[in-house]
Amino acid sequence: MSNPESPASVLVRLTDVEKKFHRGSEDIPVLSSLSLAVPAGEFLALMGPSGSGKSTLLNLIGGLDHPTRGMVEVGGERVDGLSDRRLAAWRARHIGFVFQLYNLMPVLNAAQNVELPLLLTNLSPAQRRKHVETALAVVGLSHRAKHYPRTMSGGEQQRVGIARGIVTDPTLLLCDEPTGDLDRKAGDEILDLLTALNRDQGKTIIMVTHDPHASARASRTVHLTKGRLTDNPVA
Amino acid sequence: MKFLPLIWGNLMRRKLRTSLTILSVLVAFVLFGFLCAIKQALVGGVELAGADRLIVRHKVSIIQLLPQTYQARMARIPGVAAVAHQTWFGGIYQDPKNFFMQCPVVPEDFMAMFPEFKLPPDEMKAWLATRTGCIVGRNTANRFHLKIGDKIPIRSPIWMNKTWEFDIVGIFDGEKKGTDTTALFFRYDYFDEVRQGMNWGAGLVGWYTIRVKDPARAAEVARLVDREFENSPAETKTEPEGAFAQGFANQIGNIGFIVAGILGAVFFTILLVTGSTMSQAVRERIGELGVLKAIGFTNGRVVALVLAESCLLTVLGGGLGLGLAMLLISGGDPTGGMLPLFFLPKSNVLFGVGLSVVLGLLTGIFPARRATSLRVADALRRM
Repeated sequence: MSNPESPASVLVRLTDVEKKFHRGSEDIPVLSSLSLAVPAGEFLALMGPSGSGKSTLLNLIGGLDHPTRGMVEVGGERVDGLSDRRLAAWRARHIGFVFQLYNLMPVLNAAQNVELPLLLTNLSPAQRRKHVETALAVVGLSHRAKHYPRTMSGGEQQRVGIARGIVTDPTLLLCDEPTGDLDRKAGDEILDLLTALNRDQGKTIIMVTHDPHASARASRTVHLTKGRLTDNPVA
Repeated sequence: MKFLPLIWGNLMRRKLRTSLTILSVLVAFVLFGFLCAIKQALVGGVELAGADRLIVRHKVSIIQLLPQTYQARMARIPGVAAVAHQTWFGGIYQDPKNFFMQCPVVPEDFMAMFPEFKLPPDEMKAWLATRTGCIVGRNTANRFHLKIGDKIPIRSPIWMNKTWEFDIVGIFDGEKKGTDTTALFFRYDYFDEVRQGMNWGAGLVGWYTIRVKDPARAAEVARLVDREFENSPAETKTEPEGAFAQGFANQIGNIGFIVAGILGAVFFTILLVTGSTMSQAVRERIGELGVLKAIGFTNGRVVALVLAESCLLTVLGGGLGLGLAMLLISGGDPTGGMLPLFFLPKSNVLFGVGLSVVLGLLTGIFPARRATSLRVADALRRM
């Protein structure tokens, strides 16, 4: 059995990462000397109180932001030094995002929303349609393909968001409070779906959450407090 | 094309705002179309003027007449290929509002000088055979429902203040779309015979048109013509036909400058209106643009999306405006004869289409830059 943290099996590795934000002349540290390794195929829950730096950490892993110091590697590729343009292309290839407020385009129907990341590929319209149908089938929304977000429930919209996140078959799925805006029943359905994606399709998932009920579904949970990782929550 | 649903959806997100913006662009382009047509009507003669033709008029003013005997002397000047003359008749058909030009001409000279007027050979033959015969341009014939065989009475306040009666023997067409077919031409020999009978103005003509053998030597020929009649009782001023037409147009003012000034003001306003619409549209969906960037859209692609949307807005408004302007202008001269060349040239339509695209780019560029300058993480927080 291979070591889950051996270089070959680690998908995400953060080494001595620091992130500061500037407010006027003041530097505000958000993440300090943070190191983390996420093996391929893991479903990791990232917990912590508000302002602990969870979303910032997720943004660094997803290439939405640059660290002030340190190294971010995903799939063996360093992404902390990439230009914005190369990061955009890298995100399109490797990262699927799922947001707390679904972040669907209200002017597009479910199928068109799911198709958005595919518009950046060279796939033909027929190939794109096939991918969209598959993704919608995975989240159980084939019958809602032509419906607009305003006509869907929160749970359905989040499932469309997940379909959009997985339609390009990304290396890594990053979920920022995916159940934060849903009731318990809808939240459970989303967690079931994420668990199935991890278990059945081997998707590596990093999920930011406040909710212990959600983190319980992950294969591992790490806690972030005042910009530092801990194995156990700090009271 | 694959981004069209997103672009169109964003444009239709606020239907009232988009409709009002399109309407304002449409009105601007209708105005653009009309002003271009008016400019064309006023200065179109300059563009249509023959490069090998000179106009010879009295040095003092166009209303001073020249002796008809000058024609033979001009014909002898080196470089002159042909000479024809015209005289302003200033007649009124039924009502002073029914304005169109009439001129007595020598048919053979005139038709050879102006090949852009197309007259069927049998009608030319009839004109040569009929002393009181006249030919009418298609535009005027259609306007007053005139046909061959009709008699047309025209009262001339200039020439003996009497009503002249002509027999319509031909209807001429224009070679090009912009050729003026509003005039009526009748025979100079008939005209002069009447003037001799009344002992007033016989042997005098309004102006001459000269065809030069070599257009490159037109200026030299013009100098020779004016030198020929120097120190005579009727000195001449010779200039290219285009300059002559330009001088006519300039009596109203610098048409191009006036039109450019009005359009500049209108389009500057439209720039602000459309720019405001696009700024609002982008501001409202900064978060969505952040999502697009998060899933892999580059800044360039986001700029392209915003610019495509602003261009679609202005091209739609501009296209509809130009279409409506063309429809209205196709109804013909709205002044009932003062603007015989009233039409919208294709070059102006193409310029209008280009203008609508430029307008779209200008109005979209600042909102697009705003969209790209935002950090993705910040934009996502504004969802």
